[in-house]
This record gives sequence, C-alpha cells and structure tokens, in this order.
Amino acid sequence: MIRRHEDIIIESLARFLTPFIQAFALYVLFLGHYSPGGGFQGGVLMGASFILLVIAYDIIEGKRRITEKFNIVLNATGVMVFSGTGLLCLILGGEFLDYSQLAAILPVGPEEARGLGILAVEIGVEITVAAIMVSIFLDLASAGEHEEALK
Amino acid sequence: MDFIIAKYNYWIYIILMMIGFYAMIVKNNLAKKVVGMNIFQTALILLFISTGVKTGGATVPIVIGDAHGHAIPGTLHAIDYINPLPHVLMLTAIVVMVATFGVALALLIMIFKRYKTIEEDEILEIRRKEAFT
Amino acid sequence: MSTQYPALIVIVPLMSALICFVVGWWNRNFCYKIAVAAIAVSFYSSVVTMKDVMANGVIHYWVGSWEPPWGIEYVVDYLNGYMLIIITFISLLAVIASKKSVEKDFPEKAPAFYSIFLLLVTGLVGITITGDVFNVYVFLEIASIAAYALIAIGKRDHAPMASFNYVIYGTVGACFYLIGVGYLYMVTGSLNMADLAKLLPDLYNSKVVLVGFAFLLVGVCIKMALFPLHMWLPDAYSLAPDSVSSLIAPLMTKVSAYVMIRIMFTIFQPVFSFEMLPVGSICGWLAVIAIFVGGIRALAQKDLKNMLVYILVAEVGYIVIGISVGNRIGLTGAILHIMNDAAMMACLFLIVGAIAYKTGITDITQFRHMNQKMPFTMAAFTITALSMVGLPPACGFFSKWYLVLGAINANQWVLVVTLLISSLINAILFFRVIEYAYFYPHPEHGAEEHVHATSHGHAEIVMNEAPLSMLIPILIMATLILVLGPFSGKIISSIIQFAIPAGF
Repeated sequence: MIRRHEDIIIESLARFLTPFIQAFALYVLFLGHYSPGGGFQGGVLMGASFILLVIAYDIIEGKRRITEKFNIVLNATGVMVFSGTGLLCLILGGEFLDYSQLAAILPVGPEEARGLGILAVEIGVEITVAAIMVSIFLDLASAGEHEEALK
Repeated sequence: MDFIIAKYNYWIYIILMMIGFYAMIVKNNLAKKVVGMNIFQTALILLFISTGVKTGGATVPIVIGDAHGHAIPGTLHAIDYINPLPHVLMLTAIVVMVATFGVALALLIMIFKRYKTIEEDEILEIRRKEAFT
Repeated sequence: MSTQYPALIVIVPLMSALICFVVGWWNRNFCYKIAVAAIAVSFYSSVVTMKDVMANGVIHYWVGSWEPPWGIEYVVDYLNGYMLIIITFISLLAVIASKKSVEKDFPEKAPAFYSIFLLLVTGLVGITITGDVFNVYVFLEIASIAAYALIAIGKRDHAPMASFNYVIYGTVGACFYLIGVGYLYMVTGSLNMADLAKLLPDLYNSKVVLVGFAFLLVGVCIKMALFPLHMWLPDAYSLAPDSVSSLIAPLMTKVSAYVMIRIMFTIFQPVFSFEMLPVGSICGWLAVIAIFVGGIRALAQKDLKNMLVYILVAEVGYIVIGISVGNRIGLTGAILHIMNDAAMMACLFLIVGAIAYKTGITDITQFRHMNQKMPFTMAAFTITALSMVGLPPACGFFSKWYLVLGAINANQWVLVVTLLISSLINAILFFRVIEYAYFYPHPEHGAEEHVHATSHGHAEIVMNEAPLSMLIPILIMATLILVLGPFSGKIISSIIQFAIPAGF
C-alpha cells in the first residue's frame, strides 16, 4: 500500500524526470533499427516512467488516473496495431507479416516497406508493453483491493 | 585448468542455474522459490548470449555508416560482428520470464489471502488439518 | 486467400482474445459469442487446411515471405493437420459447454476468462502448426501461462497453490526445452526442424547433440506428465474449474506428446532415438510404471474428477508405450490413441462438469439413481466407459489393439501384460461408477433425495438433465466415440499411414 508521504524532494524529482524518461523511451523505440532498442525495451521504459510517478505519489491516486479500463483499451490497441499490420499484409496478397506487400499503399519500394512495417509493429509492441507493465504493477501493489479507486 | 578457464561462461551458467534450482526445490518460502525460478531463467539467458561471441576481436553487430547515415560501400564480413540471433531469441525469453514472474506473484497474493502465510510447510500443515475436519 | 488458411488458424483466436477482453468491459454477454465464433473459424480453417494437405501434399507456409532457414515457417503435414482438427474441435465443444458453468461460478470474470481461454487455444494450435523449434517454445509458454491463470481462476479451495506448483514445474520443463534448443543451435546454427533434420545426422556422435536431445526430452516429459514428472498434474487438473479442465485435460498432454514425436522422429532420425540411445526401453519402463501408478491411485479415489485425473496419468503411459516400441504398428497405435484419448477425456470431463453443475455431486458414493436424474449424460458416460475399457465397437478398442500388436511385434511382453492388466483396472474403475448410478434399488418411502412420493407407495425420481449447451457437446462426443471406432481403418489408411515419419 503506497501512501502519500508529502516529501517535496521526491515528488518534484519524479515529476521532473518523467518526461525525459518518456522521451528516452520513444528514442529507444525508433532507434531499434540501428542500435540496441526496439519495442519491448521502449515499452518497459515508458511503463517505468508511470510506475515512478505512482511510487513517488500515492497508489490510490495512481489507480484513479490510470484506470483499468484505460489499460485494457491501450493493451488491446497495441496488439491490434501489431496483428492489424500483419492482417493488412495478408489482405493485400502476401503472407502474414509480409511487409513488402505494404508497398501497395505506401509510396516506397518493397525494401523500405519492410523497414516501415517493422516500425509499425514495434510501435504496437511498445504500447502493449507499457500498458501491461503499469497494469501488472498497479494490480500487484494494491493486491487487487482499493476498488473505490475504480469507481 | 585450461578446461575451466577457456569455458568459463559455461561454468558460470551452470553454477547460476544450480543456485536457482536449489532455491526452487529446497527453500520453504514461496517467494524465495519464485526468485529461484527467476535466477534459473536468467542463467539460461546468459548461456544463449555467451554463445554468440566470436573470437578474434568481433564487435557489436551494428553497422556504422558515414556522417550522413548512408552505408559504406563494400562487403561486410560476418566474422567481424558477433552473432545477433541469440540476442533476439533472448528478447522473447526475457518477455516470457517477466510474464511468468507476474503470474507467480499474483498467485502468491491469492495464496497469502487464503492461508495468511507463504511458508510452504505451514501451508501443507493447514491443508492437512483441513482435510481431516 | 486459400493458401492463407494456416495463418488464420493461429491469428483468429489471438486477435479475438484481445477483442473479447475489450468488448467484455462494456457488455459481458458478448464474450461467449466472440469466443465461439473465433474457435469455429479456426476449426473451419483447420479442416480446409487438412483437405489441402490430403490433396496436394505437405504445405509450407513462410511467415513474412522469408525463406527458411532464415525465416519461420509453418509446416502442415498429415500428423499436424490431424492434430489441428482434434485440437480445434475439442476446443469448440469445450467453449460451447463452458457458458453455464462460467455464469454460475464467476460471472464477473467472464471477459478475462474467455480471453485467456482463447489465448490458450492459440498456444496449443501454434505449437502444433509451427516448423521452427524456438517457435514451439514461444507458443508452449503462451499456452502454459494461460493455463496457470485459468487453473487459479474461480473459487475452488487450494486451487492457487496447485497452480503455483504447476508454475514451478512447468517453468523448469520449458527451460529444459530451451536449453536443448540452445545446444542444438550451438552446433548446427539452425532452428528450423527440416534444416536440423538435414544437418544433425553428421553430428550424432557429438556429446553436445546427445545432451541437447536429453534436455529436450526431459523438458517435454515434464510438460507431458510422464512418471515420475507427473506430480503437478493431479492437483492442478482436479482443482481447476470444470469449464477449464474440459479444455486442458484432453489437450495439453497430447500436444506435448506430439512434440515428443516430432523430436524423436522428425528432427532426430529413429536410428538415433532407438539404436544409438536406449530411449525406447527407458520410456517403455517409465510408461509401465505410469500406467500402474495411475491405475492404482485412481482406485483409491472417491471423487470422480480425481479418479479421472489419475486415469489421465495412465493414458499418457499408453501413448508413450506406443512411441517407445519403435515399430510402425506401435506408432500407429500411439497416434490413433492421441485422437481417441482426447475424445474420451473430453467427453468424461464434460460429463463431470455437467453433473457438478446440475447436482453439485462429484463423490461417486452419492451417484445413486443418477441414471434417472440425468439419463442422457449417464448413457454417454457408459459409452465412454466401454471405450476406456477397450470393448468394440467403441474407438478405445482399436487403439489398444494396435498398441498390443506393436508391443507383441517388438517382443516386449511386459508391455502387453501391462496393457491388459490396465484394461482390467479401468473396467473396475468405471463399473464402480456405473453400478452406483444404475443398479441401486429404488428408494423406499421417506428417502432423502429428490423424490416425489406417489400414491401407490413407490417413490419416483424426477429427471433433472443438464442444460442443452452442456448436453449437446457431450452427446456429440459420445456419438463420435462410437463412430470413430469402425472408421479407424479408414483413418489409418488415409491419414495416419502417411503421418508416420519415414525411416520405419
């Protein structure tokens, strides 16, 4: 049960750091093509930024702002982006996850379409992983209780 | 002696795996069992990654371009870069490890709410007592 | 589009799992319909794929259009297609029958339940269809994590502890499988099953390959619950909710047995598995002990579900006997027994679920007059019992016949005797239940069950049959058990004969 401690140093530091962590998460995501990074790593960083805020402040407030419904919708959106890209390639005539078929919609050649397809998939993975990390943390830290925050 | 020093990565992975296995089997506290499971899986990840290394000064598998980001012409020799495939496989294994850890912790919370303890011998004692009533 | 059906079998349950979770937040009753629709589409795709395989030969589906061994491929041959139809059909019946018991036991968790159910089906189907050893690990863990969650859902006492035991055991098994894959990758550099089958025969004398094979087999045996690695199964399957056990119990062990057949016969040639290593005799002895341990412990149980779970431990022993004799007839018996045992176990667990839902009784000694309370259900139970004992024309007779023939051909008389004694033990187990249900005399005036005392002093028991959504799957399974028996010859000659890998 994470209660509010009203410690000004921790709170302002967490508030200050969070945008930088999130920007770094996006940077890691987009740099996955060329260097260590990608969807899962960026997602964990993004989730960690929200968890930092919840730890510094209060869990009931955190559950009130990042509701379970929001997490579920975000989670499903991420998986839909991933599977939807694959399904789009299926509909356009190739196999599942055959990104070169995306050249039919995008104004690039088949090889660049493969690169852009992987980027779309990684974005989906990042959204899902961030939502799941926050969701796991909130559920475990509150031990499934504090239903009043969900109203 | 050369047998141990040349293959030190395998010795490290075996020792870590056995520590995790010991914790899973011997420890009474369920949370320690979960930590042992985590160590077990981490040792496995270390094994895979350590087998991707190539001798002879191979570097990380990132192709450095010139200042504008274009690739430098000429063939790349695979011998200069370590094998990236085990790293990619282990990304998936890390995700599996995290998911299993999450499920195990959620189960621990359910077990604690039911038995008010997470020591395995006390839980077995409670089950034995309730089976006889 | 017609060549894309192999991908649809896996994608449709996966996407529907997430759609079901989101839609369920707004309208809880919609989840059931989405789940049934998704598995029905998957079943249709697997039937179409099997027909394609029987017409055109083995299907290779390159995911992402990358050629193997650089990419992952889905390979559907006769063994795969056969297993896919079994898995999707039994999942369809299990999800149809789960509606009433989910509404009764945990209605507020219905969206989560159906979405994890669909993820479990995705995992099982994915293990079967893929042709890449690492992909098998990924789908194996998807299915296992979904199973851990499903076993602990619901309000049964001690279920979370059973699921925790399963988490520890299952993770060790999957990690051993991953170590085996790692060792094979270290020496060959390939993860594709067909590629490994080409590269490995030169390396059969290497210790790395030997250790990799051992780790792979032990990992799969943990997942398959072969004695002595079966300790997680009785608690986990008997304490799971009824709607869950009718899905997991028939399928998870059979899919792991399929992975064992793939490892021993497709990746490694039979000459390695049987002549260079004594795998046949070790697995044979373990299977014999499994059959006896399962049978004897089942005799000691008073609860019907516990009894069925120990019989499941024995059934795994049958399949391993078929694999371990090492000849064509034995392997035919094992593959036929996978289908028959999945059908029989699905029917039995659905029956237990229906009886527990309607009357709340699972103790065998309270089964008196069950044939008058639930006649159709008990008729299906009798048919399945005849099949488990091994009486024709039910399907169980034919698979046991092939297993005994295979054991005789390999001169393994211990296995023959074990199979016959185990049929006797099965007969005792099932006739015990049938005696309680059918052969008790009518109760006198003032008995304590559901009686209407009529005017001429002979008490009458009212019929209280299971709801239709549970009864129809039970009757379909029972009819199939009777029909599949005489058709076994046709199934063997058209499907199984080609499913047995070359080398026999």
